[in-house]
Amino acid sequence: MSFVSKPRFHHPRLPRNALGLTRRDYEGAMSTLCAGCGHDSVSAAIIEACFELDLPAHRLAKLSGIGCSSKTPTYFLSKSHGFNSVHGRMASVATGANLANRDLTYVGVSGDGDTASIGLGQFAHAVRRQVDMLYVVENNGTYGLTKGQFSATNDRVSVGRKGQRNAFEAIDLAVMAIQLGASFVARGFSGDKDQLVPLIKAALTHRGFAFIDVISPCVTFNNHFGSTKSFEFVRDHEHSVLATDYVPYHETITASYAEGEVIDVTLHNQCRLRLRKLDSDYDHGDPVGAVRYIMDRQAQGEVVTGLLYLDTGDDDLREKLELTSRPLNSLDEDALRPSPEVLESINASLR
Amino acid sequence: MRPTDITDPQYFHKVVDCQWACPAHTPVPEYIRMIAQGRYTDAYMVNWESNVFPGILGRTCDRPCEPACRRVRVEDKPVAICRLKRVAADYRGDIEHLMPEIAAPNGKRVACIGAGPASLTVARDLAPLGYHVVVYDRDAKGGGMMRSQIPAFRLPQSVLDEEVDRILDFGIETRLDTDVTSLQSVLDEGYDAVFVGTGAPRGRDLQIPGRDEVADNFHIGIDWLMSVAFGHTDTVGRRVIVLGGGNTAMDCCRTAMRLGGEDVKVIVRSPFEEMKASPWEIEDAQREDVEILNNHVPLEFVRENGRLVGVTFEKVRPVYDDTGRRRLVPTGEEPVFFPCDDVLCAIGQENHFPWIERDIGLEFDKWDMPVVDQVTFRSTHPRVFFGGDAAFGPENIIWAVAHGHQAAISIDLLCEGRDLTERLAPHVTLVSQKMGMHEWSYHNVISEDQRYLVPHADKALALGDIRMEVELGFDERLGFEEAMRCLNCDIQTVFETGRCIECDACVDVCPVDCINFINNAPEPELRQRIRVPALDESQDLYVSDDLPTGRVMVKDEDVCLHCGLCAERCPTAAWDMKKFIYEEAKAQNQRLGP
Repeated sequence: MSFVSKPRFHHPRLPRNALGLTRRDYEGAMSTLCAGCGHDSVSAAIIEACFELDLPAHRLAKLSGIGCSSKTPTYFLSKSHGFNSVHGRMASVATGANLANRDLTYVGVSGDGDTASIGLGQFAHAVRRQVDMLYVVENNGTYGLTKGQFSATNDRVSVGRKGQRNAFEAIDLAVMAIQLGASFVARGFSGDKDQLVPLIKAALTHRGFAFIDVISPCVTFNNHFGSTKSFEFVRDHEHSVLATDYVPYHETITASYAEGEVIDVTLHNQCRLRLRKLDSDYDHGDPVGAVRYIMDRQAQGEVVTGLLYLDTGDDDLREKLELTSRPLNSLDEDALRPSPEVLESINASLR
Repeated sequence: MRPTDITDPQYFHKVVDCQWACPAHTPVPEYIRMIAQGRYTDAYMVNWESNVFPGILGRTCDRPCEPACRRVRVEDKPVAICRLKRVAADYRGDIEHLMPEIAAPNGKRVACIGAGPASLTVARDLAPLGYHVVVYDRDAKGGGMMRSQIPAFRLPQSVLDEEVDRILDFGIETRLDTDVTSLQSVLDEGYDAVFVGTGAPRGRDLQIPGRDEVADNFHIGIDWLMSVAFGHTDTVGRRVIVLGGGNTAMDCCRTAMRLGGEDVKVIVRSPFEEMKASPWEIEDAQREDVEILNNHVPLEFVRENGRLVGVTFEKVRPVYDDTGRRRLVPTGEEPVFFPCDDVLCAIGQENHFPWIERDIGLEFDKWDMPVVDQVTFRSTHPRVFFGGDAAFGPENIIWAVAHGHQAAISIDLLCEGRDLTERLAPHVTLVSQKMGMHEWSYHNVISEDQRYLVPHADKALALGDIRMEVELGFDERLGFEEAMRCLNCDIQTVFETGRCIECDACVDVCPVDCINFINNAPEPELRQRIRVPALDESQDLYVSDDLPTGRVMVKDEDVCLHCGLCAERCPTAAWDMKKFIYEEAKAQNQRLGP
């Protein structure tokens, strides 16, 4: 880790967004992670996405659990709300916060340990409840904070730093999320921001549970030859199925593509996603086909990345529960107390 | 774009903007770090090796380094490089034991005509090698224009004497109070080489109506300043008009304020923004209540009963054509009249070589300037060299020093019977500054302080005493704080392609967005495609070899803070911070070898 703070000087010609802010205004404290950690690139991608979306930082909440990845919300959006929860319990805190104040944008950051091991139950229920949030897993296949044991997402074929074999099957969180009914599932790579930033922008705008599994190499414990979560392995075996371009609603699309190559999806905020098929066999609207495809490729040693599954038609948790459109934390006594007539009718129905 | 060749010394040299801009290529960040460490003597010696007159230049340099300073591009104001040089001179310890040893006489004799900065530099470089150097000057003391044209309130005589005498003490034979009237007669004395460093000694006259009639109250600026410097003039009229807008004009008006002038005006033809004087000299003049009027062209010296009573001017405005060339066009208003008792004319100075015979094989060009080689400083006469203002027209002290070093190399080569173009390359080192995990041998925390102002003497006191130095200089604490503003541009970011794993850590941490990993393209396209387009073409792009993904690393050198965070965040030490030391070769290197 660096001991000096990042100088406040920025490039004099740094672009500004609609709020008059530069990318630097979305930064947080100096990272204390190992030099070269993939997680820092994910933080940078979140910063870039929020900057490009003109998000006001104070209308966003960052949530996390425990682990290297869960430390990272400190390193971006220092002007946002934040909650660093108990290990594996970020999903519950996010669910509660989501119900209490539906006006904020929620970004949950977790790791493979925090989500696939101790927090697996929490994760599963946040997915099937369609909590309206972006849930990012910074997935490096290792427990970096406890010196590099295999995590539950480490591929069976992936060996340890000193050649140790891995005895257990890996959990594929993206496949799991599709099976559990997430409406937005993607896989990214910390070393490819051209792909990751548009995915984060789309996920932040999506209504419902948006899950991004980001392969984020651990340079200290899992970036060696024989690891399937190293920079080199992912670069060599990455197979991107769908490129995502986020198009703000005021912008016209000028690039032209052959028919069938491009699908435009309108999000609930009237912005569009332009999806470019990189693999004509892949259908991002078919959950069964998507899971089969990902597993087939996985069996061939490939890592499928890009937007994997998208359903803009499902309701989110608040709609499913038919909650009021006002944030619950803004409901005062007058709004919450039933009128004498309503109270009377309720009592009558119970007599 | 082709990969950057960092083995070319000029690539990293250019990144050290101050050193690159300095005619003598003084290693500025190196001595500023020494000042911050309190190593004033070392800082002084780094300067002395390179620019010979640290105490003098720390007060009077034209400071081409400061507008070049990276800090101008990053925030606003440059590091006060010049005044830090003075800090080194003010607080240094004894340096006698650090002076070069004087070698046994080598039997060669060199004449230096003029005892200004160029000649003294030649003497400084050649005397230690065993040359017998003879310095001629028409004045009674050495120093040249540094003594005759720079007023004592900017450059105390004690500082000047010390640095000039230090060189003269290298066993230099001086022939002062000696007007050289014939170059041939000097050559006839059998010198192995003659160096002409006579400056640009003739102030330009202004031939407008009334000029000759008011001769008693019309003074050529540099002549008048010299007459003040040597004590021949100690008064001036109550109302003074200074014509011209250069540094000499600023010295004239401020001197006039100290000799009894009460209403002193500088009146200049050009617009204020285009005045030739350094901005800080203009500020100093204005602080002393000198009025500056621009866009006024002198028409006539007005006389009454044969005495000067004032000057009339035509008002003009600048008009620029498509090529940016300026013309001054009369506004059509009535001429304006300003009363005055004395006029000081500082509208430029020129070379003058009446003492060089035109039939001795030394060619002059159509402007009556000697034909001098830009590299060797040799004239068309094999044994005669030129430097300083005498070579290519008026410049400044630091250029004269740079010329002197080069001429000394040529003279040494000539006397050794070698080819004058066989010049040594600069001495260059590039050494990692890594001390530990994230520890560097330099202070990489970037100071966000604004430029510190140099304290000035009380105005009333300063105006009452022509010998009182106006600038008091930084004290040690201010000097330290100002030194910390230096961005250490000589600590280079060096990239090793083979080590890079393309993790993007450096891109993410760089505070000024200067690092990119993108597909290669021709330079104009790369300049547009990087994170923040590189619009300043005078600043280079640092391009790596191809990386495993087929991309290249492209770094825009423009606003890099040299904070070292790229190297701190790099997991494989593909980035390293390396100190780049660049020393111009001098005559002594020529002799000893590299």
